[in-house]
Amino acid sequence: MNQILDSSETFKLRAKKALADPQLKIALERTTGNARRKRAAAVAAWPDFVAARAAAAAIKDHAIDHMATYLEVFERNAIASGAQVHWARDSEEACKIVVDICKAADAKTVTRSKSMLGEEIGLPHALEAAGIRRVETDLAEHIIQLANERPSHIIWPAAHHTKEDVAELFHEHHRDKSPTPEIESMVASARKELRDDYFAAEVGISGANFLVAETGAICTITNEGNAELTTTPPRVHIVTAGIEKIVATTEQALQLTRLLVRAATGADFTQYTTFHCGPKRPGDLDGPDQFHIVLVDHGRTRMLIDMPEMLRCLRCGACLNHCVVYRAIGGHAYGGAYPGPMGSVLTPVFDGLAESRDLPQACTLNGQCREVCPVDIPLPTLLRGWREKSWRGEIEPTATRASVAVWAFVAARPKLYHLGLAFALPVMRLFARGGWISRMPLASGWTAGRDLPKPPSSSFMAQYVRRRNGQ
Amino acid sequence: MEGNALMESSRPRVGLFVTCVVNSMRPNIGFAAIALLEAAGCTVEVPEQQTCCGQPAYNSGADDATRVIARQTIEAFEGYDYLVAPTGSCAAMIKMQYPELFARDPDWTDRAKNLSAKTFELLSFLVDVRGFKPQNVAFKACATYHDSCSGLRKLGVKAQPRALLAAVEGLKLTPLEGDETCCGFGGTFCVKYSEISTAIVSDKAANVVASGADVLLGGDLGCLMNMAGKLNRQGAKIRVFHAAEILAGMAGAAIGEEEA
Repeated sequence: MNQILDSSETFKLRAKKALADPQLKIALERTTGNARRKRAAAVAAWPDFVAARAAAAAIKDHAIDHMATYLEVFERNAIASGAQVHWARDSEEACKIVVDICKAADAKTVTRSKSMLGEEIGLPHALEAAGIRRVETDLAEHIIQLANERPSHIIWPAAHHTKEDVAELFHEHHRDKSPTPEIESMVASARKELRDDYFAAEVGISGANFLVAETGAICTITNEGNAELTTTPPRVHIVTAGIEKIVATTEQALQLTRLLVRAATGADFTQYTTFHCGPKRPGDLDGPDQFHIVLVDHGRTRMLIDMPEMLRCLRCGACLNHCVVYRAIGGHAYGGAYPGPMGSVLTPVFDGLAESRDLPQACTLNGQCREVCPVDIPLPTLLRGWREKSWRGEIEPTATRASVAVWAFVAARPKLYHLGLAFALPVMRLFARGGWISRMPLASGWTAGRDLPKPPSSSFMAQYVRRRNGQ
Repeated sequence: MEGNALMESSRPRVGLFVTCVVNSMRPNIGFAAIALLEAAGCTVEVPEQQTCCGQPAYNSGADDATRVIARQTIEAFEGYDYLVAPTGSCAAMIKMQYPELFARDPDWTDRAKNLSAKTFELLSFLVDVRGFKPQNVAFKACATYHDSCSGLRKLGVKAQPRALLAAVEGLKLTPLEGDETCCGFGGTFCVKYSEISTAIVSDKAANVVASGADVLLGGDLGCLMNMAGKLNRQGAKIRVFHAAEILAGMAGAAIGEEEA
């Protein structure tokens, strides 16, 4: 049983568990700290990052504004290249299409290169439910498949594991028991483990970083080369992609790649950037016999109306790496396929706001996520937008609603407000010891983890009025 | 000079938006703000019709309640040449969010925009609008500075406090690792998600201690109380002040220190 999928656990409980795990903290800080430093160096070396990012946002906005047109152009060109294009309204439809293709191909084993959309629509589970053996080929996805977990980061799915954890996991599951806890040796062991499956699989499934309308090609970018080995040897290649991945031209896809890769890892470019266009043609040395592209909506056409900016998202993970909340609790605590700021915007779309109300609330609105976003998504504004919907939809707990209502009533009546303070401050002072309050009724939210300074005996306003009146 | 009627009339009239946190927890910052604004050639008044900028409601998504409080603030301050607040958070709320809140209310759109245009955070107002430089202020310490997020990202407050503090005799500023990283305060976040907030401020406190500074400065009391409260809980002997208190020469008891 996958402990991560237990939906009876609340966000706060999951966060509490994560905070109590010192290993998690070490793993997260290694991965995200490294990513932050490298991204900062890449951005500093870019002559005009701000202009590049505005141009990238404009490319995405143009594609989003004309999404239906470009998707139709893409479909036409993809079909012309020999691909088969499928449209899925939701996750069930998408999974059914993929499973049906696998069954038609008589697939016993499918290889899969990392795709967050696959996680979003529950494809790993759907394949297993259909009795199809699933082999994750991305190294980090391989790790979490062995650990029976979900990804905790959209770029580094195993960001919650230290390399020491992974060494133990490999020792337990791999055939070769010789590797040492050195990265090189562990990678070699995983390679040995996966190699045969690349060539045995009947179907290879990938995601897509871009859908290029002008050519009908899909683009994958990886650092491990596993996407190429997943999509080339099997007879059938299935692409699952969200419809927001559409761009007009190859040049635009490459322009966005420059931002995506720098934002994600700080590198100039990924090791492998591949455009896949149609199945194997006569005379080609390799390639699949069938090339299927499953275009998935799953809430995206609704986002066109409510939050079109979010459809710009390139899935780079920079907002996760820079988020103080993500850095404290890691990805699993969020409970959805996508964690961090972008996940807190997306999960209510996919899972419903009532089920995920904590996510947009558990944010300090400090704005660093927007600052580092390579396509300038106003994440804090979108998160607050969910709070507003949550308030209007009466999803917020009664106690929260009542306390805000009482506070707002008093704050709208200055005389009452100042009178209230005149009473409250002396009472608060009774709890102070030597300038600090370390415990006080109704203040445990503050005082559980830090002290509260002793308030003054009277407010600024009271003191100011006294001084002005010459008292 | 003060008796010169001509000079008096050319002095801009500033309405000080004290903020609810300064008003209730640390009046000294309000008085320091008045002293600095007056030294920078302004006439300062404190409208009594003010309470809070409305962020607790706004950040909870309660827009209707926020508008009631926002209208009260607009009415209290629109008659002044400037609204100045000793915090980036509330200044940004009034400057950026008020116009949005009334974007579809023709009676209030212009009033909100008008107030937005003349709303400033204290330290950036002193430098950018008044070209102020503190004179004859001394404070002997090795200090480090935390850039609070709203001021930094929404209002571009970064260089101004450092420029002002550079004029303080005896004060050495030392870099803070992660000075642009949130301290975990986040308004009501810090009590709603107390454990997460505590974890975030623990990292911040560790960086403050590692800076080697004996004083921590900033421009937002909410964040300063969060960091000071954590430092004290850990037993770290680092004194915490709002930068305005140093600049006005009014740095007596630090946050959490008993008045002598």
